Amino acid sequence: MTTDTPTTGPVVIEARDVRKTFRVSTQRIDTLKERFTRRPGAEVRDIAALKGVSFDVHQGEFFGIVGRNGSGKSTLLKILASIYRPDAGRVRMAGRLAPFIELGVGFDAELTARENVALNGVLMGLSRRDASRRLGSVLDFAELQEFADLKLKNYSSGMLVRLAFAVMVEADADIMLIDEVLAVGDAAFARKCMDVFRDKREAGRTIVLVTHDMATVQSFCDRAMVVHDGEVTFLGDPESAALEYYRLNFAVEGTERGPDREVPDLNVSVLDAHLCDPEGARAENAEQGVPIGLRLVLEARRELAEPGFAIHVYNEEGQEIFGLNPALAHVLVSAGERILIDGTLENPLLPGRYFIDLWVARDRDQGGALAMQRTHLLDFVVYGTRPGAGNVSVVNDVRARVE
Amino acid sequence: MSAPVLRDVSGPGALGGSWRRTLDLLYLIAVTEFKRTYFGTVLGYLWTLARPLMLFGVMLAVFTQAFELGGDIEHYPVLLLLNIVLFGVFSESTTTAVTSVAAKEGIVRKTQFPRLVIPLAVVLTALFNLGLNLIVVFVFIFAFGVDPQWTWLLLPVIVLLLTVYATAVSMIVSALYPRYRDVAIIWSVTATALFYATPVLYPLEAVSGKLREFVSLNPLSPIFELAHRWIIDADAPGLVELTGGATRLLVPIGIYVATCVFAVWTFNREAPRIAEAL
Repeated sequence: MTTDTPTTGPVVIEARDVRKTFRVSTQRIDTLKERFTRRPGAEVRDIAALKGVSFDVHQGEFFGIVGRNGSGKSTLLKILASIYRPDAGRVRMAGRLAPFIELGVGFDAELTARENVALNGVLMGLSRRDASRRLGSVLDFAELQEFADLKLKNYSSGMLVRLAFAVMVEADADIMLIDEVLAVGDAAFARKCMDVFRDKREAGRTIVLVTHDMATVQSFCDRAMVVHDGEVTFLGDPESAALEYYRLNFAVEGTERGPDREVPDLNVSVLDAHLCDPEGARAENAEQGVPIGLRLVLEARRELAEPGFAIHVYNEEGQEIFGLNPALAHVLVSAGERILIDGTLENPLLPGRYFIDLWVARDRDQGGALAMQRTHLLDFVVYGTRPGAGNVSVVNDVRARVE
Repeated sequence: MSAPVLRDVSGPGALGGSWRRTLDLLYLIAVTEFKRTYFGTVLGYLWTLARPLMLFGVMLAVFTQAFELGGDIEHYPVLLLLNIVLFGVFSESTTTAVTSVAAKEGIVRKTQFPRLVIPLAVVLTALFNLGLNLIVVFVFIFAFGVDPQWTWLLLPVIVLLLTVYATAVSMIVSALYPRYRDVAIIWSVTATALFYATPVLYPLEAVSGKLREFVSLNPLSPIFELAHRWIIDADAPGLVELTGGATRLLVPIGIYVATCVFAVWTFNREAPRIAEAL
């Protein structure tokens, strides 16, 4: 079941004027003495984490929440997950919820993985029987079968995140609230997460993702919301949300760092990116040994002097297989102009899954500056029946014979 | 997928959500805690039985040999064992409860569930232990030749009264601890004081004067006196005569009820903000 128009589906999360204020003292009051001896009114500040946030998330939508550290986005997520109670406002939600917060689910370090999986399944709304039935698939997903009876305090942080993510995925909830899952873990794990997101979205699940990573927002989210200083400053298409996010970051950090350090996607947006088969038709995947056509359409958002492009092809393990570096030497591209990058490449790739990253640089004569960076711009599979050793198959006529 | 029905999300609370889930959680947490207590020990569950027996041995030696107490009390050793086992429910659950919510920080700070489950699970674990211990107690009851009486059937009433009180106190200490860490120290002293201020080592009739008046204010005292009469010695003096009149009995009952009301009020008030205080 796919949802073609997620933003027109029924509303599954509705937040209206949500407010939350934390009272913090410069010194923590942890004992009774501190409470009674403290001068009234001294050293207490109210921090308004959320100042009236309203939004809707629709069924089957992939919804991004972005914001700087301390913007209130994590507080918002905790309110959605019913961990904090809002001071004012109303949140309504439809369906079963699986939260993944602060890089984890509710684990008890003193318990084994087996016990934690059961406990968390129930926490996420499964029955006890269902929760223990899913143990196998959770451990498979997390690749931790051998460690089922190890206490979590003996797990590495990478293992913990994998287990937590697996628990959340296997809980098969209607709504998933995910906070910064991609910040840790290796490339292979990040890719696995991406695949899950894709599958879940196809299955009509609703995903709310809190992240700093604009590439993820742009490539996955249907809509994104920018939270700044406890308020929603933008809600809409992911491209514009990313722009807004960069604008806010840039405004706060000041200009000393110079425009050279300006962050991605403010400068260039990708209008189209796809592969072609030898007949020139759009293709998702490629056959082993058959040349691959590549077509990218970019639009300059601002003036770009002498732009250079780097197209990197990675395999599933995150190894770079090869790179291409087309450039527009001695050309000044003005804002609004389009750049077309296309051509055909020989295909030495072995069967498997590959990813293409795109980097755009400008001002080559002044040493160059990064104008845009997009990881996982394209994702394709090379299919065929001739596996080989290494990363590529090379055309050759090497034969063995007896002399 | 069925048409989604929007429901209010009101944040964490003492109770809430489906009963099925609450009971599942309660059971799971209690069982894992029960298993964990003896994890890695050589004797395992045997400790559940061995621990009160050892305490019993020490108390018996001290009070019958050193202080020569209990000579004129019928079946004193069995009474002592029963009392120690019953008080164990109260002391075990309340002292474990103090840090229980804080110890479950991992799940409290990351998931929504009825917060009341945590102290309840602690009490439930203590009840599992009680179940095993009572077997030993009854073995001794028969061994010492206590006459069976129909009031044994009222044992569940005693356990219920004790459990409710243990739950109330557990709710109070577990809810306050995240905000006031003093609770741990205060409670460890209070629990010890209560052990001596409750007719555990002695029946109420064995003390006199001011001490008896003081001990009869303790809401746990009537429960232990009931246990004495119902389980061990039907001829033991009744509550009313011991405390000096039915009106005197209203004090411990009042404290009992007030503690329960205060527990519900405190836990309800603190539950939504426990995650923030941790």
